[in-house]
Amino acid sequence: MRVNFTVNGRRQEADDVWEGESLLYVLRERLGLPGSKNACEQGECGSCTVRLDGVPVCSCLVAAGQVEGRDVVTVEGLAEYAKQREEHGGCASGACGTSLDAAKKWEAKPGQDSQTGEGVELAPIQQAFIDAGAVQCGFCTPGLLVAADEMLERNPSPTDADIREALSGNLCRCTGYEKILDAVRLAAARQERQGEAV
Amino acid sequence: MAQNTRTVPVGTPTEVTQNHTKGGVGESTLRPDGTLKVTGEFAYSSDMWHEDMLWGQILRSTVAHAEIVSIDTSEALSMDGVYAVLTHEDLPAAKNYGMEFQDTPVLAYGKVRHHGEPVALVAADHPETARRAAAKIKIEYKELPLITDEASALAPDAILVHENRDDHHSGHVPHPNIVHRQPIFRGNADEAAKKADVIVKGEYTFGMQDQAFLGPESGLAVPAEDGGVDLYVATQWLHSDLKQIAPCLGLPEEKVRMTMAGVGGAFGGREDISMQILASVLALRTGKPVKMVYNRYESFFGHVHRHPAKLYYEHGATKDGKLTHMKCKIVLDGGAYASSTASVVGNAASLSVGPYVIDDVEIEAVGLYTNNPPCGAMRGFGAVQACFAYEAQMDKLAARLDMDPVEFRQINAMEQGTIMPTGQPVDSPAPVAELLRRVKARPMPPERQWETAGEGPDVRALPGGLSNTSHGEGVVRGVGYAVGIKNVGFSEGFDDYSTAKIRMEVINGEPVATVHTAMAEVGQGGVTIHAQIARTELGVQQVTIHPADTQVGSAGSTSAGRQTYMTGGAIKNSCEIVREKVLEIGRRKFGSYHPAWATAELLLEGGKVVTDGGEALATIADVLEDQAVEVEEEWRHRPTQAFDLVTGQGNGHVQYAFAAHRAVVEVDTELGLVKVIELACAQDVGKAVNPLSVVGQIQGGTTQGLGVAVMEEIIVDPKTAKVKNPSFTDYLIPTILDTPTIPVDYLELADPNAPYGVRGIGEAPTLSSTPAVLAAIRNATGLELNKTPVRPEALTGTL
Repeated sequence: MRVNFTVNGRRQEADDVWEGESLLYVLRERLGLPGSKNACEQGECGSCTVRLDGVPVCSCLVAAGQVEGRDVVTVEGLAEYAKQREEHGGCASGACGTSLDAAKKWEAKPGQDSQTGEGVELAPIQQAFIDAGAVQCGFCTPGLLVAADEMLERNPSPTDADIREALSGNLCRCTGYEKILDAVRLAAARQERQGEAV
Repeated sequence: MAQNTRTVPVGTPTEVTQNHTKGGVGESTLRPDGTLKVTGEFAYSSDMWHEDMLWGQILRSTVAHAEIVSIDTSEALSMDGVYAVLTHEDLPAAKNYGMEFQDTPVLAYGKVRHHGEPVALVAADHPETARRAAAKIKIEYKELPLITDEASALAPDAILVHENRDDHHSGHVPHPNIVHRQPIFRGNADEAAKKADVIVKGEYTFGMQDQAFLGPESGLAVPAEDGGVDLYVATQWLHSDLKQIAPCLGLPEEKVRMTMAGVGGAFGGREDISMQILASVLALRTGKPVKMVYNRYESFFGHVHRHPAKLYYEHGATKDGKLTHMKCKIVLDGGAYASSTASVVGNAASLSVGPYVIDDVEIEAVGLYTNNPPCGAMRGFGAVQACFAYEAQMDKLAARLDMDPVEFRQINAMEQGTIMPTGQPVDSPAPVAELLRRVKARPMPPERQWETAGEGPDVRALPGGLSNTSHGEGVVRGVGYAVGIKNVGFSEGFDDYSTAKIRMEVINGEPVATVHTAMAEVGQGGVTIHAQIARTELGVQQVTIHPADTQVGSAGSTSAGRQTYMTGGAIKNSCEIVREKVLEIGRRKFGSYHPAWATAELLLEGGKVVTDGGEALATIADVLEDQAVEVEEEWRHRPTQAFDLVTGQGNGHVQYAFAAHRAVVEVDTELGLVKVIELACAQDVGKAVNPLSVVGQIQGGTTQGLGVAVMEEIIVDPKTAKVKNPSFTDYLIPTILDTPTIPVDYLELADPNAPYGVRGIGEAPTLSSTPAVLAAIRNATGLELNKTPVRPEALTGTL
């Protein structure tokens, strides 16, 4: 079957999709977006978390056909998504993202190093994960970033218990979570500081 | 497709007046792969892609022990989209592989020895087609009796898991179903026992733990025009893989070119081969690139686990709290194939006394061959099981003597100069008593944290959490302590080395160092510290980390807490040689301009040649101009010795690491639910090369120990030897809600034998975390609890 949907603000068309294929498979193997990770294929680990019409979901449990006509944001689009939210004063609907026009005009920005990613614009939560040491092997990171970013959108000043609750569907085996908490606290604090400055 | 070269800029650009090189050893520089990992660009082994690639799928045995009567692949072969269906008959060369014992079949022939053993292989154009084709392969089994424990393994008429053994341990073991046996005798335990006022005996059971790295086994094999294969995989040791893969493909090693793909965690589970040979066989057979990715279910069968163990301990102590003697027997279940069982046995035996002074000991450790899942390396490697048991013994002894458990441990704590049961002196700092003091001195976390101002309880702070099972009724707090000892590096006479190739040149007027090693970056942050070491030694800002591959000499394994010590040491050593060469060029060019070139000790700092007094003599750019200096050297730690097979004596270990924990738990005694409130750790790290990474390692290791304490166990049905819970639904690892605050207090007492004084840090916290949590639960409930994990039924008496 053919599935038409929007990924990171860009219209996508996936052809020859089997009925049994998951959104995760289509993203990774058909659309060249391997950022979302497959670590359990049964909705237990959260590594494949994406936003579907703004709602965080395990993309391994979403049948590709279910996303027909809908909007998906993956870790690859997180920076742009956060930027749009910043510029448009929040985006609880999840409908923001790169516009089709903007996506068509997209080109690599000068000064970016294609090998290291140096110079790439990051979402605040992405920068905070790097700065706080919340990334080790990094396999859980894409899913955690999408989930944490969504939580901060809803709840800009979370308590530790709020953070733990929001991220309880995302397994990490390397860090013991302490530095992930640090990263989310850091992103929240920076967000707050920025809010005060404005 | 392959991982990209990463350049690592840090800090401000070098200025003319700047003397110090930023981002060197001791600073919390950030990961060079961080940006790629947070943007989804980092290429893990499961992200590899190649035009026209096929998908490989393994068919695994559905029974644990059976003769293979027949295999019929015809229906699978006839399916559309299927390119190959292979069995052992199609293998091109050697049919067995293994790290220490070549006992593991690439594909089962004759018989299968455990549940989930690979029997046949499919390549197809879609992973689902490959799975369906594999399901169409018909295998007829004739089941054999099962060996599942020590009793069945050593019974007089026991069937042999491996007949006609001819390995380096088969000559000395008392039974062919014993992989390796290591006794250790020191002093006279029977005589010393007479001095004891109390004697405590205990029997302990340690469950089978899974590494549960998040990135399942995966990789891509690409057939090459020269008849060889290019292999992109996630592994802990490229060169060890290579040595095992090439003979099975019938290829010389130079025709198997391995490149490290991104690794989604390892923890020991990637030391052994998984899909490497199988994907290569399919690629060579079909002439097409073949990708293989295990799902989580298959991953539980795709790697070895932590050995489950039975441990029998006897300790004695005098009234004033001095340990008199120790006797123990440790039985490790190695499962169907040896993997690293023999080394785990050596570790368990030599570290079975723990970080204590006991002069009179009798120790025996054995590793069994059974039809259970194969077990091998996992973080802590034999020392974890022993620590769980001897720490339980320490608490029992303290209780019998009516002493404080920390004080009792401190009285008996080893220190620098203590002699190990193997006769080896501990010749660098061993601050065991101090680590215990530090965790004990921490303020206690506040009680009843679930209470909120005016509102109802915050159930998230209670055992049972959001299941809302308690509002504080029946909840009891407990506190427990534990400390452990782990060896660092490869032991028992192994020729353990690493190799570093360092290149220094001037690019765009800036000196740049390139570090090329085969070190497996599995998440631990080796790539971060490699750049730090190069900056410190060579005084450059720009360091490029070359992708790890087999075009450079072996780095050894990313395990045993050894990489910062070993590949860090190799980089330091190669950098020192590069530095000397740079200085030599400088002396030739500029020596006549300044006497210091000949007389002063010269360093490279901030992009310049400086004297130890801080005077700048020349820029590195002016010294080198268009010349490049390149050095590739092997580097070794001090040699070790094998343990004597009768007495266990020998200087077997390179270095020891120590960590202590204090666990604070709250237990819902009615439902048997445990919430760990805080798990504080103190550890000697020798030198924190990157403090941020050090703390991250300690917290991660601590959490894996917590998992074993309260939830993690692969359950193997003793009647069928089949794995009952191969999924994240049924095998639980700690979530962020299960994991408490982990305050870390680290000491930096340099080991004079190690580069920068470093001490391997990754493993020690995994040892003491488990017994500390167990001790805290015992403290809360008064129950004896001699088994991991502690499940609710063990606490409510409904077992």
